Amino acid sequence: MNTTTGRPAVPAGTARVITAAGALATAGSTLLAWTYTSAYPGNLTVYGYPGGLQLLTLASGLITLALALAALGVKGLRWLAPAGTTKALRLSALAGLGTTWFTVVSIAATLGGLVHLEPGAWVAAAASAVPVAGAFLLPDDTRAPAATRELGSWAEILIIVAAFGAGLYVITYGIDTEYGELFTGYLITVGLTAAALSKSGLIARLNALTAKHRTVTVGAAFAAAAAFPFTQTSDQYTSVAANILIFATVALGLNVVVGLAGLLDLGYVAFLGVGAYAAALVSGSPASPFDVHLPFWAAVLVGATASLVFGVVIGAPTLRLRGDYLAIVTLGFGEIFRIAVNNMDGSSGPNITGGPNGVPNIPDLVILGYDFGQPHDIGGITLGRFANYYLLMLVFTAVVVLVFARANNSRIGRAWVAIREDETAATAMGINTFRLKLMAFALGAALAGLAGTVQAHVSYTVVPEQYLFAGPVPPNSAFLLAAVILGGMGTISGPLLGASLLYLIPAKLQFMQDYQLLLFGLALVLLMRFRPEGLIADRRKQLEFHEDTAPPTVPDQKTPDETAGLTKAGA
Amino acid sequence: MSTDTTAPLLHASGVIMRFGGLTAVRNVELTVNPGEIVGLIGPNGAGKTTFFNCLTGLYVPTEGSVTYRGKVLPPKPHLVTAAGIARTFQNIRLFPNMTVLENVLVGGHTRTKEGLFSALLRGPGFKRAEKAARDKAMELLEFTGLAHKADHLSRNLPYGEQRKLEIARALASDPGLLLLDEPTAGMNPQETRATEELVFAIRDRGIAVLVIEHDMRFIFNLCDRVAVLVQGEKLVEGTPDTVQSDERVIAAYIGTPMEDDPGQAEAAEVEAAEAATRTGTPAAGTTTDEEEQR
Ligand SMILES: Nc1ncnc2c1ncn2[C@@H]1O[C@H](COP(=O)(O)OP(=O)(O)OP(=O)(O)O)[C@@H](O)[C@H]1O
Ligand SMILES: [Mg+2]
Repeated sequence: MNTTTGRPAVPAGTARVITAAGALATAGSTLLAWTYTSAYPGNLTVYGYPGGLQLLTLASGLITLALALAALGVKGLRWLAPAGTTKALRLSALAGLGTTWFTVVSIAATLGGLVHLEPGAWVAAAASAVPVAGAFLLPDDTRAPAATRELGSWAEILIIVAAFGAGLYVITYGIDTEYGELFTGYLITVGLTAAALSKSGLIARLNALTAKHRTVTVGAAFAAAAAFPFTQTSDQYTSVAANILIFATVALGLNVVVGLAGLLDLGYVAFLGVGAYAAALVSGSPASPFDVHLPFWAAVLVGATASLVFGVVIGAPTLRLRGDYLAIVTLGFGEIFRIAVNNMDGSSGPNITGGPNGVPNIPDLVILGYDFGQPHDIGGITLGRFANYYLLMLVFTAVVVLVFARANNSRIGRAWVAIREDETAATAMGINTFRLKLMAFALGAALAGLAGTVQAHVSYTVVPEQYLFAGPVPPNSAFLLAAVILGGMGTISGPLLGASLLYLIPAKLQFMQDYQLLLFGLALVLLMRFRPEGLIADRRKQLEFHEDTAPPTVPDQKTPDETAGLTKAGA
Repeated sequence: MSTDTTAPLLHASGVIMRFGGLTAVRNVELTVNPGEIVGLIGPNGAGKTTFFNCLTGLYVPTEGSVTYRGKVLPPKPHLVTAAGIARTFQNIRLFPNMTVLENVLVGGHTRTKEGLFSALLRGPGFKRAEKAARDKAMELLEFTGLAHKADHLSRNLPYGEQRKLEIARALASDPGLLLLDEPTAGMNPQETRATEELVFAIRDRGIAVLVIEHDMRFIFNLCDRVAVLVQGEKLVEGTPDTVQSDERVIAAYIGTPMEDDPGQAEAAEVEAAEAATRTGTPAAGTTTDEEEQR
C-alpha cells in the first residue's frame, strides 16, 4: 500500500498485529532466565519472575503492546494516542529494543562472553526486534488530535493526580537505582518512552488538562515531591534528592537571569556561595569569627540579602554595557569570590571564612522544636536527617517557583523578555533597560542566596571548592547553565528536569567520571543541533527554532502555564 | 484637535549629527505643531533615520537641541518615550517571540506602574492594573485591525501586519507625537491606502505624526507640511504643493542635467569610474549600521 516509499507491501493491519505480538513476546521473555549466575546485578536467573533490568524491558513491552492495541482500534485504549500511533510505536518499540539489547550486551560484557547468556536472553533479544520491524513497516498516521469529550472536573483532576503519582513512581525509581547498568537502562526506557508518549499526543493532552486546573497541578506536583521521602527506607537516596533540589532551585534562579532577561551569567554559583557563607557565619559554627547564632529565618534573610547586595555591586557597573562584557565579568567574579574566600583564613587575609577549610560544624537546624539533625517518625515512616532537609528545601523550591511564575507573568517579566528579544526596541518602548536588567540580576542573586542558606546546613560545612566554575559535582556555574539550557530556557519545569538529569547521571554512572565534561560537551552540541529550545520548550521559544515544521498556532488557553510540565520534574 | 500653533509640540533646532568624518545631519531645524501630520522626505542616505534617532534619544546629537512641549528632551530613549514621543522602526523591530498582545503590553510599559513586589504579591491592585493594561492593548489592536491575531507570535504575522503592530505598540505609550519611519515600505497599494487611513485616524485621536516615506503619493495625500532632507540638510519645507513643484527637490531626486556638452563629461566620468574599479581603488562607501546604539 505504501508504494511511493518502496516499502514492502505489508498491510497496516498485519504490521500492527506483528508489532503487538512482538511486544507481547518481549514482555513474556522477561519471565525467562537471561543468565545463569547471579554475578550480574539484579538477579536475572529466575524463571517466572522478572528482576532488575528485566523489569524495564517488561514495562516497555507492555507499553508498546498497549499502543499497538490502540493502533488496532481496541476500545478503551484509544486515548493513549490522540495524535497518531505509528511514531509513538516506533519510539516505544525502540525503547524495548534498546533496553533489552543493552542488558544482553552488558551481561555478556560484564561476565565475559556470550556463553553466559541463557536461551531466555536470546529470545528477548529476538522478540524485542519484532515490534521495531513491525512499527517501521507501518504507514505514518500522524493526525491532528480530535476534540476531547468533556470529562468533568473531578475526572480530570483524578487524571492529573494519577499522572503525578506515576511521575513520582518513575522519578523515585530513577533515584533509587542501585547500579549503573540499571540507571542506563532506565534512561533508555524512560527517555524513549517519554518521546513516544509525546509523539502520541498524550503529553500534550495532559498539558492541556494541567493548564486548565493550574492550582490542582501545582498542588499535586508539590504533594508528589513531598511524598518522596516517605517512599524511602534509608537516608541514602534522600541525600541525593536534597542535593538535586538545591541544584534545581539554583538553576531556576539562574533561569530568571538567563532565560527571561537574556543575561549570560557565567559565575552564578558565586551567589549561592555568598548566601551559604553568609548563613554559615551567623548560624553558630564554632569556626565562625562572629559569635552569633541567629534563628534560621534571620540567617536566611542575611544570606539572601548578602547575595542581593553582591548582585547589585557586580551588576551596577557591568549591566550598562551590552554584549559579552557581562559574561566575562561574571566569570571573573565567580573566580574572585572563590579565591578571596580561600584566602580569608587569617594568614593571607583577614580571618573570616577559614580559608580552604571553610566554615565547618554548622549546627543542625531546630525550627519550632523540630530538630532537623534527628530522625523523626511520621506515620510509621522514619524521616532521617536528609529527608528533613529535603522537605525544608522543597519549601524553598516552592517559593522560587512562585517567584519565577509570578515575575514572568507580569509587566516586569514582559519587559525582561522584551530586553532579551531586542534591547534597542525595548528602550524605545520606554523600558529603562539598565534598571530592569539590574532587577533581574539582583533577583536571581537573591534566589541563589536563599538556596545557599539551606545548602550550608545540609552539607554541615561550606568550603570554597563547592563553588567552582566547572567541577565534578554540581552545582557549579557551568552545570547550572547547562541545566537551564538542557531543560529549556524560560520555563519552570525545564531547569528542574535539566538539573535532575545533570545531577543523577554523574552520580549514578561512576564509570564516566573521567569523561564527564567531554560527554556533556558532546551532549550539549547534539542538543543545540537537534533540539535547541531544550527538552521542555517555552511556549515563546517553540516556534523560534523549528520554523519549517511549526505552523502558526494559536494557543488555546489565554494564560500561559509554565507549571504545566512539572509532571516530568516533580521531585 | 488643538489649533494653538504658537506653542509647537516638537521643536528641533540646529541639530547636527556627526559620525567621525561623516556629517549625517547638518543643522536641521524642524517643528511639529499639535494635530499636524508632517512628512520628512529625501533620497536614500539623506539622514532621515539618523534625524529620527536624534529626536528619540537613540543618538545624542553632536550639537543642537530638541524640545518637546517646551521642555528639552533628555538623551535617553526610555525617557523620551515617557515624555510622550513614540516611534516605529524602518527595519521592523518587534519582539519576535512574544505574542501580538504582549508586544502591545510592552509598549504600554511607561504608562503602567506595577513593580516587582506588586507582581510577586498579586494584590487586587495588581490584578486591576493588569486587566486595564490588557483592555487597553486589546482596544489598540481593534483600532489597528489586529485583534483577531492577539495570540499569535508576532514573528508569524505577514509583513504588512507587522508594520501595523509596530504602530499599535507605539500607540500603547500614549504618545503626543508619533514618529513613523517608512510605515508603508514593502506594502502593496491596498495596504498603503489602509495605512493612510490609519494615520488619519491616529491624528483624529489628537496625536501629531511625523512620517518618513519614499512613497510620494502617500506623503502628498497625507501631510499638512513636508520637509525635504538632502545630504543631511533641510532643503525645502512647505505644503505638499510647494514642495512638489520645487525644482531643487526634483533635482535632488533625479539629478540635474549637466550643462554644456553633457555627453562628453558623462563619458569621461564613466571612464574615470571604470578605471578606478579596475585599479582596485575603492569607491567611497559607508556602511549603514542603522540604529545600532553607540
Ligand atoms: N551609526 C552610524 N555610524 C556611521 N554612519 C551612520 C550611522 N548611522 C547612519 N550613518 C550614515 O548616515 C547617513 C544617513 O543615513 P540614514 O539612515 O539616516 O539615511 P536615511 O535618510 O534614513 O536613508 P533611507 O531612505 O535609505 O532610509 C548614511 O550615509 C549612513 O551611512
Ligand atoms: Mg532611513
